[in-house]
Amino acid sequence: MRDWIALIVVAIVLAGLPLVGSNYLLRLATTICMYAVMAQSWNFIGGLAGYPSFATAAFFGLGAYTSAILLNHGAPLPFAWGCAGLAALVFAALLGGAILHLRGHYFAIASLIVAEMLREIVNTLPNFTGGGKGLNLTMLAISVSAQARFFFYAMLGLAVFCTAFAILIHRSKLGFGLRCIQQNEDAANMLGVNTYAYKTAAFSLSAVFVGAAGAIYASWVNYIEPTDVFDVLLAVKPMVMVLLGGLGTIFGPAVGAVILLAFEELVWRSFLTIHAAVLGLIIVVLVLFLPNGILSIVRERLSGRTVVT
Amino acid sequence: MLVLEEVSRRFGGLNALDSVSLTVNKGEIVGLIGPNGAGKTTLINLITGVHAATSGHVRFEDRDITGLRPYQIARLGLARTFQIVQPFPKMTVLENVAAGALFCGHASTTREAMLIAREHLTFTGLAGMADQPAASLTLARRKRLELAKGLAMRPRLLMLDEVNAGLNPSEVEEALRIIRKIAEQGVTIIVIEHLMKVVVSISQRLVVLHHGQLIAEGAPRDVMSDKRVIEAYLGAKYAATRSTH
Amino acid sequence: MIYLQIVANGIVLGGLYACIAVGFSLVWGVLNVINILHGTFIVLGSYVAYFGYVRFGIHPFVSIVIAGAALYGLGYLLQAGIINRVIAAPVLITLTLTFGLDLILNNAILLAFTADYLSVTLAHPLPSLELGPVFLPGDRVAAMALAIVLTFLLQRLLRDSRIGRAIVAVRMDREAAALMGVDVKRINAVTFAVGAFMAGAAGALLSIIYPISPLNSQVFLGKAFVVCVLGGLGSVPGAIVGGLVLGVVESFCGYWFGAEHVVTLSFGLLLILLFVRPSGLLGRRGYG
Repeated sequence: MRDWIALIVVAIVLAGLPLVGSNYLLRLATTICMYAVMAQSWNFIGGLAGYPSFATAAFFGLGAYTSAILLNHGAPLPFAWGCAGLAALVFAALLGGAILHLRGHYFAIASLIVAEMLREIVNTLPNFTGGGKGLNLTMLAISVSAQARFFFYAMLGLAVFCTAFAILIHRSKLGFGLRCIQQNEDAANMLGVNTYAYKTAAFSLSAVFVGAAGAIYASWVNYIEPTDVFDVLLAVKPMVMVLLGGLGTIFGPAVGAVILLAFEELVWRSFLTIHAAVLGLIIVVLVLFLPNGILSIVRERLSGRTVVT
Repeated sequence: MLVLEEVSRRFGGLNALDSVSLTVNKGEIVGLIGPNGAGKTTLINLITGVHAATSGHVRFEDRDITGLRPYQIARLGLARTFQIVQPFPKMTVLENVAAGALFCGHASTTREAMLIAREHLTFTGLAGMADQPAASLTLARRKRLELAKGLAMRPRLLMLDEVNAGLNPSEVEEALRIIRKIAEQGVTIIVIEHLMKVVVSISQRLVVLHHGQLIAEGAPRDVMSDKRVIEAYLGAKYAATRSTH
Repeated sequence: MIYLQIVANGIVLGGLYACIAVGFSLVWGVLNVINILHGTFIVLGSYVAYFGYVRFGIHPFVSIVIAGAALYGLGYLLQAGIINRVIAAPVLITLTLTFGLDLILNNAILLAFTADYLSVTLAHPLPSLELGPVFLPGDRVAAMALAIVLTFLLQRLLRDSRIGRAIVAVRMDREAAALMGVDVKRINAVTFAVGAFMAGAAGALLSIIYPISPLNSQVFLGKAFVVCVLGGLGSVPGAIVGGLVLGVVESFCGYWFGAEHVVTLSFGLLLILLFVRPSGLLGRRGYG
């Protein structure tokens, strides 16, 4: 119950942002919402089920290109965005059938390779996807400020929707089963958990919102190219955010997204040349010293108990 | 209730199980014994669907379950415990047992499963530890947790794989008491055991495996003095001097 | 007849791939760590060879040892100081850690040398070989031969030296090795350092063939992945077989489908392999 209240309060507060914020702030907030969606989505397969998926970039790019191509052929906006999410969902379900029986490293590599392959495929079909030169989308015929507001609300809506889903799933039988799978897959199987179905469900969930986010992103920036939307950092940053905020928790991903992106904005926009190194440093420090994420430290301090790792 | 017909399982060139045929009747307690490496755990793995039978059939309550997946077999009413305990370490004792109730279809919500779990915890004497993480339990208690999880699945056939390994005599007594209580409730049980005293005292019938083959079957006293069984455990020479057959 | 040339090209390439991958395979097989830094190590080795040649006239083949030694030191420090702390952690943690370290190292190289492609043009290249209908550039063949020699030396090290056998013991059974008195922490560091050595050495060899730039690190890493899955983890013969197979397959794919599709196709091969037989053509079951 507390979770729902927290979500609603945050949603209402953020909905008021356009009234007080500049376009710059709105753009930052839109990016944060986008990454919050990606982190929350990854949490389904990586945090709950414990399968380290690097496929987030694949789903994002797939969503972006699906929507862009549909829009360029005259489809209405909500339809294109919806199809993007659906395409990502179906792709994940099929892909899951092929790679979810792999464990650990093999699964991670397979999921990583998929994004690379999709990128290469897009590159080699220039007539369909614009190839390496990228794809242009027509801008919406409204003012710059109106656009900033529109896309902010779109991403915020998606983020709220995704988090609502997370609250439902984490507390459901599916969430329980995924946690069993993460802690002991063989025992879960023997207890009656249909591990194939559950893993595929988690994997599909990790795709659908990301695909939609990719679609919204494409419309927002009006130009996409393969190296941009299939970038491996789109897979890694959400993971880092979840680790930062707390693996397998409901609000951890969003908290991690806010922290990482705020840090990025404040600190290293000014140091463009060492951008990557600073991210790397954050990752190293995080993994070595804060493996349970920030939320767990907060919880420990509040309750005086140590969290079982 | 459970019928194995000429069941075999090969790993590479090795015959882990060789044409084993076995019947377990409803309400029985059957002891499964045999020297190390005889194939006892492999047999359980095969019945529960972890390994596929290379040949032969397994029937449970007149239904062919050969080739079904472990979770499907679990939902049909077969449960087993593991020799090396397999809890969900980060979850509480209560959640561990609730998992058994929830995923075998006996509870439709998590809340209901938790309630059912409490009953089983009381039955196995773990009620006081319900909210502790499973990883913090002693071995004896973890073995009982395994048992409670198995029970939460409301099985009609329960297979216990070395529940007494690593327990001291008083813990063993406690475990046996619980097993007898379970049998009283009408659950058919197969017990794999190393301790002869234990398995003889609790089983109505013994089945002996050796090198993957079923070499003897029958009442405990008869089986224990069967020449082939003594040979399997202690060697041919000893058997020649000891057997009464 | 063209097919002989294609196969020959593939074998030359394959020998180099084996050398690229063997260090990576060793680290993965023994430490159960996927070393994302491996590609960057190779690039660093190439830079060492480049500057060795351009500034001091040291032939890249000689730089094999220099680059190898430099990377050995770097690898040892990284493993003992940082990576060893999470050695028993789940995949997510170790993979993310090496990814983060790679971001730092790659960025450092980018700052130091810029992304401009450098290449080593030898003042006195070896003459080309003509074996019947097959035409092979002399330096490439020499590089491949040295790559194979290095790989065999590694195999000898693993088989015959005390340290090598300790490494193999840890790969087979970490706990048993520890009980036998093997200093597992030190072996971890040594194994990682050996992997880094091979990467540096491979980099030196590759400096005369591939353009040198930090942007290439992912390419080499990708090749190493495919070779490992093809040949099995932690096995030198596996790396050789995997490397040769990949080399020949890429050579044919390049000929039939064009050079720009080679990467996609080799990744496709990887996915199919992972689906069908993750332990590789030769290998025993990896850590999975």
